[in-house]
Amino acid sequence: MVKMTGAKALIESLKREKVEVIFGIPGGAILPVYDELYEASIRHILMRHEQCAAHAADGYARASGRVGVCMATSGPGATNLVTGIANAYMDSSPIVAFTGQVPKAFIGKDAFQETDIIGITTPITKCNFQITAASQIPKIVKTAFHIASTGRCGPVLIDIPRDTQTEEAEMNFDVRIDLRGYRLNHDPHPLQVKKAVDLLMNAEKPVILAGGGVIASNACSELLSVAELLLAPVATTLLGKGSIPENHPLSLGMVGMHGTIAANKIIQEADVLLAVGTRFADRTTGSVKKFCVDAKIIHIDIDTSEIGKNIRPHIPIVADAKKALKSIYANLVQILQRKERTEWMRKIKEFKDQQEGIVNSKEGLSPPRLLSELRKILPENAIITTEVGQNQMWAALYMKVYKPRTFISSGGLGTMGFGFPAALGAKTACPDQPVIDIAGDGSFIMTEQDLASSVVWGIPVTVIVLNNSVLGMVAQWQRLFYNRRYSAVNLGKVPDFVKLAEAYGAQGVKVGSVEELKEAVMKSLKSEVTTVIDVPISSEENVFPMVPPGGELDKFMVG
Amino acid sequence: MSQDEKLHIISAIVEHKPGVLHSVSNMFRRRGFNIESISVGVAEQEDLARMTITIKGDERTVEQVVKQLKKIIDVVKVSILNPAHTVTRELALIKVSTPDAQARSDIINYTEIFKGHVVDVAHESLIIEVTGDSDKINAFIELMKPFGVKEIARTGITALPRGMRSIKME
Ligand SMILES: Cc1ncc(C[n+]2csc(CCOP(=O)(O)OP(=O)(O)O)c2C)c(N)n1
Repeated sequence: MVKMTGAKALIESLKREKVEVIFGIPGGAILPVYDELYEASIRHILMRHEQCAAHAADGYARASGRVGVCMATSGPGATNLVTGIANAYMDSSPIVAFTGQVPKAFIGKDAFQETDIIGITTPITKCNFQITAASQIPKIVKTAFHIASTGRCGPVLIDIPRDTQTEEAEMNFDVRIDLRGYRLNHDPHPLQVKKAVDLLMNAEKPVILAGGGVIASNACSELLSVAELLLAPVATTLLGKGSIPENHPLSLGMVGMHGTIAANKIIQEADVLLAVGTRFADRTTGSVKKFCVDAKIIHIDIDTSEIGKNIRPHIPIVADAKKALKSIYANLVQILQRKERTEWMRKIKEFKDQQEGIVNSKEGLSPPRLLSELRKILPENAIITTEVGQNQMWAALYMKVYKPRTFISSGGLGTMGFGFPAALGAKTACPDQPVIDIAGDGSFIMTEQDLASSVVWGIPVTVIVLNNSVLGMVAQWQRLFYNRRYSAVNLGKVPDFVKLAEAYGAQGVKVGSVEELKEAVMKSLKSEVTTVIDVPISSEENVFPMVPPGGELDKFMVG
Repeated sequence: MSQDEKLHIISAIVEHKPGVLHSVSNMFRRRGFNIESISVGVAEQEDLARMTITIKGDERTVEQVVKQLKKIIDVVKVSILNPAHTVTRELALIKVSTPDAQARSDIINYTEIFKGHVVDVAHESLIIEVTGDSDKINAFIELMKPFGVKEIARTGITALPRGMRSIKME
């Protein structure tokens, strides 16, 4: 036991969690903590908006597999974090958010900059805590990191009244955490595994659906082993991109509303679907009633409440994806005779070629061609983040991902403005990997102010703005489903992105051809400073294939 | 209530601390599950509380409710109670007008039959306490209506499994 202030104990606790960096913005209610940070060895990156601090922590977490940390003051600081926290919650990203709070005696009195952040974040955090005595800090911080990073990962918020930051107390850092209501179930039930293996062994057309959970549990090599053993093609969700190298013959690409032709066609043909670490989101399944109608579904997920929530599986397996896949592999390998699926594989190849055809049919600055050409010059380990909208779906369709944790996108919440701050977080976590944000003009404008922090803190990333002067994805829906009534999608005047970048001390360049784009990107990768590349594209482009909302996956529009 | 919808009794042991009821009730609201009744009080261990929640719905709904409840970190244990092996009770306080002496004595008679108690006496009204299952309380209230029921307060169902079945903490 040692005596110290709550603020000091907080810093000490963070050190024990091996936190290297905090993204945040200070304010009155969290000043004692910032005062301690002044001489602490932990790096603090001052952002320009708390939403960006939360997204940066999220990007850091997804790129590194470690917990990301963000910090804000009470009231407006705390509420500005909310979008970022909700985003992390929907995508099961492990972050811990600290918020200052008014002194205990003022809580509930509508004091200056008081807000009930516990009440606000209850539905968007895995768990949250308000500290009522300084002495609780070591235990609560330890608990928060444990909860955020285990089981189904997710955000945890800790609200710290200002007086508990200055209060002195005896601190016990070796305290044990005991959570009676949080028991983790990692191991798959052997009986369920056996049932799954029986199904898989006899499957004629087995398909694997890999979600973000595969990446979160570092189960990618296990996934590949099972796929290769079964000769089962693998479709991924948006968050599952990277769970299988997308140049692998068994990779189908992304499934869903904007899924690839191969993924959407083949998954509907499955007789056994092995779904791992996915929550069967509506953007993935299309019409639930018409999803994989002929397939027996095996669903592996660490979160019991996901089993049967949207899709009722024939065989539920509540377990860590890595352990479950390992166990399935171990059982299968003993009994399975390798099957030839030549005809099916040929068909898959045909669908993939059709998709390639979409790229090659386009000339000039068509996004599919732009992005596939761009992919060719990026190293395999380049981290791609995206904003939300057409840019995101083009990136998902045409930027092949080869390694886990190198594709970072806002899936569940679909947050415009996510990609750029997430890129800053990812670059902070992986300074030796190139980081590229594929952006839309509308999205980039939402968090562009953090160009400042990228420059000041020397976090060089590349932002490629697919500049169509419209809120492209919304315009696409209006074009396809609202009779071209373009209500409120024309951005009218977007800033000159080159000047905007330069105004912040970053660099900007406008390109007019694929060659110029490649050149600009190559240059940006060598640069010490963030580069914004403005790529004017037509505002009439659509993202295809597209399954209309609620439709069947294999009934898509192609243009 | 459709055919496969029926009343389910869920018993949840939760951490006895501020904010837990909010997390639980908020989960119901957010996921669109409808609470029929909820009663909360300290459990056998002082730092735990027992929530008895009744909901109407089909098997799938109850299954999701239980899973979503278990997911809340401050929820320690959840069970679905089988009505056949469960003691359920509700307590109601009913304030009834007593227009005249006849009415007053009738009410007191009924109260005795229902094994209730008169817990407050005023010139023009009585407060009666009745406990039992919800049907019994409903029946009693029906009986009181002609006299003029002024106010009712009901606790909602609370329940325990019969015999050695126990859902307390190991
Ligand atoms: C914060 C936020 N507000 C609104 C939306 C709704 N929305 C989805 S896509 C989109 C348009 C995105 O436009 P832009 O960033 O320019 O990308 P594009 O689709 O043109 O590639 C909008 C407004 C959203 N996803 N997030």
